[in-house]
Amino acid sequence: MGELKPTRRAFLAGSAGLVLAVSLPRRLRAQSNAQTFVPNAFIRVAPDNTVTVLVKHIEFGQGTWTGLTTMVADEMDADWTQMRAEHAPADASLYANALFGIQGTGGSTATPSSWMPMRQAGAAARAMLVDAAARTWDVPAGEITVSNGVVSHVGSGQSASFGDLATAAADSTAPAEPTLKTSDQFTLIGKNVARIEVPQKTNGTAQFTIDVFRDGMQTVAVAHPPKFGATVGSFDATAALQVSGVNKVEQIPSGVAVYADDTWAAFQGRDALDITWDDANAELRSTEQIMTTWATAARDGGLTAEETGDLDAAMADAAQVIEAEYRFPYLAHASMEPLDAVIEVREDGAEVWTGSQIPTTDQATIAGILGFEPPNVTINTMLTGGSFGRRAQPDNQFVAELAAAAKASGPGNYKLQWSREDDMTGGYYRPLTVHYMQGGLDADGNIVGWRNNVATQSILKGSPFEAMIEGGIDATSIEGSTRMPYVLPNSKVTLATMDSRVPVLWWRSVGHTHTAYATETFLDELLEKGGKDRVQGRLDILSGDAGRDRAVLERVAEISGWQGVDAGNGIARGVALHESFNSYVAMVADVSDDGGQPRVHKVWVAVDCGIAINPSIIEAQVAGAIGYGLSAAMFEEITLLDGGMVDQANYDLYRILRNTEMPEIEVSIMDSSADPTGIGEPGTPPIAPAVGNAWRALTGETPKRLPFVRA
Amino acid sequence: MSISFTVNGTPRTTDTDPAKPLLWVIRDELKLTGTKYGCGVAQCGACTVMIDGVASRSCVTPVDSVEGAEITTIEGLSGPEAAAVQAAWTEIEVPQCGYCQSGQIMTATSFLTETQNPTDEDIAFAMDGNLCRCATYTRIRAAVRKAADSLEA
Ligand code: FES
Ligand code: FES
Repeated sequence: MGELKPTRRAFLAGSAGLVLAVSLPRRLRAQSNAQTFVPNAFIRVAPDNTVTVLVKHIEFGQGTWTGLTTMVADEMDADWTQMRAEHAPADASLYANALFGIQGTGGSTATPSSWMPMRQAGAAARAMLVDAAARTWDVPAGEITVSNGVVSHVGSGQSASFGDLATAAADSTAPAEPTLKTSDQFTLIGKNVARIEVPQKTNGTAQFTIDVFRDGMQTVAVAHPPKFGATVGSFDATAALQVSGVNKVEQIPSGVAVYADDTWAAFQGRDALDITWDDANAELRSTEQIMTTWATAARDGGLTAEETGDLDAAMADAAQVIEAEYRFPYLAHASMEPLDAVIEVREDGAEVWTGSQIPTTDQATIAGILGFEPPNVTINTMLTGGSFGRRAQPDNQFVAELAAAAKASGPGNYKLQWSREDDMTGGYYRPLTVHYMQGGLDADGNIVGWRNNVATQSILKGSPFEAMIEGGIDATSIEGSTRMPYVLPNSKVTLATMDSRVPVLWWRSVGHTHTAYATETFLDELLEKGGKDRVQGRLDILSGDAGRDRAVLERVAEISGWQGVDAGNGIARGVALHESFNSYVAMVADVSDDGGQPRVHKVWVAVDCGIAINPSIIEAQVAGAIGYGLSAAMFEEITLLDGGMVDQANYDLYRILRNTEMPEIEVSIMDSSADPTGIGEPGTPPIAPAVGNAWRALTGETPKRLPFVRA
Repeated sequence: MSISFTVNGTPRTTDTDPAKPLLWVIRDELKLTGTKYGCGVAQCGACTVMIDGVASRSCVTPVDSVEGAEITTIEGLSGPEAAAVQAAWTEIEVPQCGYCQSGQIMTATSFLTETQNPTDEDIAFAMDGNLCRCATYTRIRAAVRKAADSLEA
């Protein structure tokens, strides 16, 4: 902010207005438009009095449009009804995620990384509008007030809207250090302002990537190898080319591409291809073979990731040693909108429409394949039908296929459309994982030893983010099993990093998807064996600096009326506590035995995610995250058959949670003045262990192999 | 072969492959994009439209089977039940990513047109065929309840 050159403006290709960079002034250029006031790269104030926020993070359901716009609107003292939102273009120099260094969404960082920049942008805009009013009315700026989008000077009786002042504000000087509100001054932050994109998602007008149609556009379907790592040996396109509407067939690095007039013809043509695959480098192992190898590695233990005390001595002295092995399957993201993207390739550049989760590297990948400079590739980020991590591939796999398909065909417009089957069998799964655990109890039932050996495939290894692996430990493999909030005097966490040709990826809450289950069910079992209450037993061993963990656990016990695991009427209760992405979540689940399967009736949740910007969106995200986590715990599993083929290609065999299986949910949000933290993911990890613990209370056994209901 | 039907009251004729699912005629030919593709095999409900007033899976409906039919998509939804459902959806802010929501709204509207005074169990059961990967299910139930109550009032 200190380097701000306030009187010049930057022009962003592809956006309707002119913007001045707040964060990085080197792209600044002369302004040529005096109508729309563009105080910085994030805000446009139009003469019609609308204020548009350029949101640098993708909106795929988690509410970033509303959340980031609220931050700006509050500091501007705008009226909520005048606010609009749209996706910012791909431009890392303007829109980098402060926590990544490039433009991207993930790790529940959209809110925390935007909290200061968006408020500063709003505060600067407000100051410039006030300055414009002061100059126009010839009154001191200090006497001007702003409220609900109206700028007023009481002494002279003057008032104006932001739109009225837009032209004059273009000549205002941006403050180098705009004054931000204190939390008691917030008027919109903390309120349930209306979610911006709800109307368009209720009347069918919301535009997703699949809804983009361009003149002369061909739809492309690609036949991919049925086994991971296999390649095209040879193919015969004769039958495919006879399908009405199919125009051509080309081999590309990832398979064989069929170009057609519309989606149906592309799918029909693809199905008519006759391809011989080369399995020389293919993964041929079944899930069972892989799982057995991983399990052996987990028993043997791997590199030490964290250690306290002397575990071997403690275990030797323990009155009781308990062990458990947990097996977690591959999981598909299974977002409702299958992967898709549209590209227009011209001689001098390209324009892309897609749900881009990492625009910076998507842009570079497309540019590299097509032989352009990245600035000549424009990315329009579209509303997106879910992602849960799938659209953030470190290798930019999907847009690479898009660009390769376009390159093989030449200039023109193309929509790459994956079918549900492509999406589900296409890999990039949550890694298959095994935890081997041991716990030691002393004669009084206190936990004196804790071993957690993790065996899993690294998400970062072999990716452009490999440098983030420190000392052989990929943090995404073990996060949640280290730095636990409990005092475990003698403990050891190890990681065995396993290899397969199955591509793996982050899946809503990443490593916490398995670590929360293994740690919170094993701990629960040790507490039971030690004769402790599951809530009080946790409170007793929470460390002194785990105040936020303690507070959410106490709150959930209070709102659920916790009296122990037996809730009567055949219902048992399970509790779980887990921090992820700097947000703290505790849950209690009421569960019964429905013909040998868990039936979850109600879930109580206490969540601390710092300042709650929009409680309604937080409640929705937590409920959705519970549904997502419960779905996986109950039903989800991608398995490889003997020979390496994926068994589940659609929602018939890859079962996801349905309406009648969704419990009632009651969310309590902690009051906080801490900076906001993520909320897209932290609701997912605790639900599986809460239900698993209730199931053990009902049946005596924690489910050790997920999902609970196996086909 | 030429196949004729009406969509949202407008007569339409297509000369396409008779086996082509109605979904792709609606989306790729008519450019009515509110109806979504999710699975193509009648598992998710994203493609739900009304065919002669009955909520149907357009992804498994060959276009030649709708000769002469009246089709309604989210773009043409009207009537008191639809208005009540869409008002409740907006007020309760059901959508997250939004991709499944046209289908949810078509199913809810069809259900409330058929069913007076539904129980909460009826509602969950009626909505069970529409997947929502964002798991907006509790708000879907609340919104259908609200719409049902407002239609009673
Ligand atoms: S797309 Fe028709 S039911 Fe899924
Ligand atoms: S709102 Fe995202 S799938 Fe339903």
